[in-house]
Amino acid sequence: MRAGPTRTGTSRDDAPVPPPAKSGIGEAGDRPVSRRAVLLAAAATVLPAAAPLLLGPYPVSTLTRMLAFAVLVLSVDLLTGVTGLPTLGQAAYFGAGAYTAVLVGVHVTADAAVQVLAGLLAGLAAAVVTGWVAVRARGIVFLMLTLAIGESVHQISDTWSALGGSNGLSGMPPISLFGGPSLLAAGFVYWWVLAVAIAVYAAVALVARSPYGRTLRGIRDNEPRMRALGYRTAAARYGVFCLAGAVAGVGGALWAAQARFVSPGDLSFEVAALALLSVVIGGKGSLWGPCLGAALVLLVRDNLSASLGGHGPLLLGLVFIAVVFLMPRGLAGVLGARRRRGSGGPP
Amino acid sequence: MGTYLVGALNGLAMGSLLFAIALGLSLVFGMMDVLNLAHGAVYLLGAYVAVALLPDGVGLGVFVLAVLAAAAAGAVLGGALAAMTRAIPHHLDQALLTLGVALVVAELLSLVFGNDVHSIAAPAAVGGGVAVFGGTYPVYRLLVIGFGIVLAVAVYLLVERSRLGTVIRATVADRAMVAALGVNTGRVLAGVFAAGAALAAVGGVLAGPILGAQPGLDEKVLLLALVVVVIGGLGSIRGALLGALLIGQVQALGTTLLPQYASFLIFAAMALVLLLRPAGLLPPRTAVRA
Repeated sequence: MRAGPTRTGTSRDDAPVPPPAKSGIGEAGDRPVSRRAVLLAAAATVLPAAAPLLLGPYPVSTLTRMLAFAVLVLSVDLLTGVTGLPTLGQAAYFGAGAYTAVLVGVHVTADAAVQVLAGLLAGLAAAVVTGWVAVRARGIVFLMLTLAIGESVHQISDTWSALGGSNGLSGMPPISLFGGPSLLAAGFVYWWVLAVAIAVYAAVALVARSPYGRTLRGIRDNEPRMRALGYRTAAARYGVFCLAGAVAGVGGALWAAQARFVSPGDLSFEVAALALLSVVIGGKGSLWGPCLGAALVLLVRDNLSASLGGHGPLLLGLVFIAVVFLMPRGLAGVLGARRRRGSGGPP
Repeated sequence: MGTYLVGALNGLAMGSLLFAIALGLSLVFGMMDVLNLAHGAVYLLGAYVAVALLPDGVGLGVFVLAVLAAAAAGAVLGGALAAMTRAIPHHLDQALLTLGVALVVAELLSLVFGNDVHSIAAPAAVGGGVAVFGGTYPVYRLLVIGFGIVLAVAVYLLVERSRLGTVIRATVADRAMVAALGVNTGRVLAGVFAAGAALAAVGGVLAGPILGAQPGLDEKVLLLALVVVVIGGLGSIRGALLGALLIGQVQALGTTLLPQYASFLIFAAMALVLLLRPAGLLPPRTAVRA
């Protein structure tokens, strides 16, 4: 478990580097897309789109929150899973996006597209400003720094009267789209959030498969080697941090579009921890696994928590411990292993 | 002028508490690269031990008893954490495990004690104030400062002047080599983990009359301790002391002068230190650097 006594060696993950073909995304990218995968993707798009036609307003608003949270989780996965930088600070950028979207909604325009754009820019700007401190470190120290950034931003939102202090900001009017009427029905808001979430997912998937994404996975697996090959790894890490900040900002704007309210609780340590938990449950490095994890985690926190006497986090903590011990590669690892076995072993 | 001096005293008291809390975090990280995210929860456990054992106006004896009880509870939790993290190979997974433990412990505490804000009274014997700088200052906080000084001296003697301290410092520097010399490093690590957690829990009791006990306090304390450790240098005891004193002052002056920006000041201090001295102000002298 310990390859060497050096300090730099121990701050990195010194386990034997897995061959690239074993990482979730590389695997999907290197194989021709099968018919089953197309069918699965089609089902994964059509079924959620049909949800407002089949379900009542409350389950639909729950699904909307899951989607917004999944966007936040995607940003955590981009850092933690793809680049190997474990983060507990993404809730700060999520919060920056949410606060900006509410402020834009209250003072400027109800247009949801403008709000999402503002949320994206706010998340990006916050990440640009704070990121250079965080990306100086790697591994556990990076986790520490992002936690410190996240908690600082959380406490700022809790104390600044311009942001409503601990009461948060409310009174955001319902969103509208491209000058149309207000979207009052939960289903319309859901469709908007779904569309943006799919677009973000596609964008993140494209980045993960691009040469830049390969660079990031190279950094995750062996940064000194990447540096020796001539890649500018520090710039790449700063870039992905800013990108993840922008994605989290979009998630925050989507969250605000549904809740029409934002409070310091939305960027608390708990949110950041749950986002990281979703990535771990779903499987680091896979993109669909963490989205599934996000849905599960939010379901436990918001819907099962009431029947547990408001102590959903207790269950989540226990799940967390169990996952770390029992399935270190998450849902994606378990399902992926079964699929590989089913198709007669790796090619 | 008096306000600033009282603020400086408050900062000194806060620094003493932060030193007690951050010490374990720093040593555990320095020795085994385990980021113990449950450290704040251990602190909160100590604070709730104080809530349970200390009704208003108790004597000094009961207070000492509460401190010992919290130390025992913290040591048990720390020992359990040490055993659990050793069963997992990867550092990130270890940190995640402690995060899970933190969630569970915090929820169990809120299950038992509710979500109300509890305030804890200082022991009756030291509950009064003394005249300092033309105002009255709580005796209890002066005692906390005294505790910080005693702790710093005791830790210095233990770590720099005893055989056990030599082993601890050597383990921070090069664990594999110490193990090769025939020392059971596993036992050293578990002991340091338990002792660090016990100190954090004691910090929880001692901070009780100042900060109280409420859900969410664990995260604030964990953040402060992390900043202290990062500023001081990971695994460095002198660094933890310096960082704790600095952050105590920043915190106290920030709340007196710019209450809205206090948390921002702490982040700014950390960013500044990282910019100028990425390894912290006083990195461990014994560390082997590649």
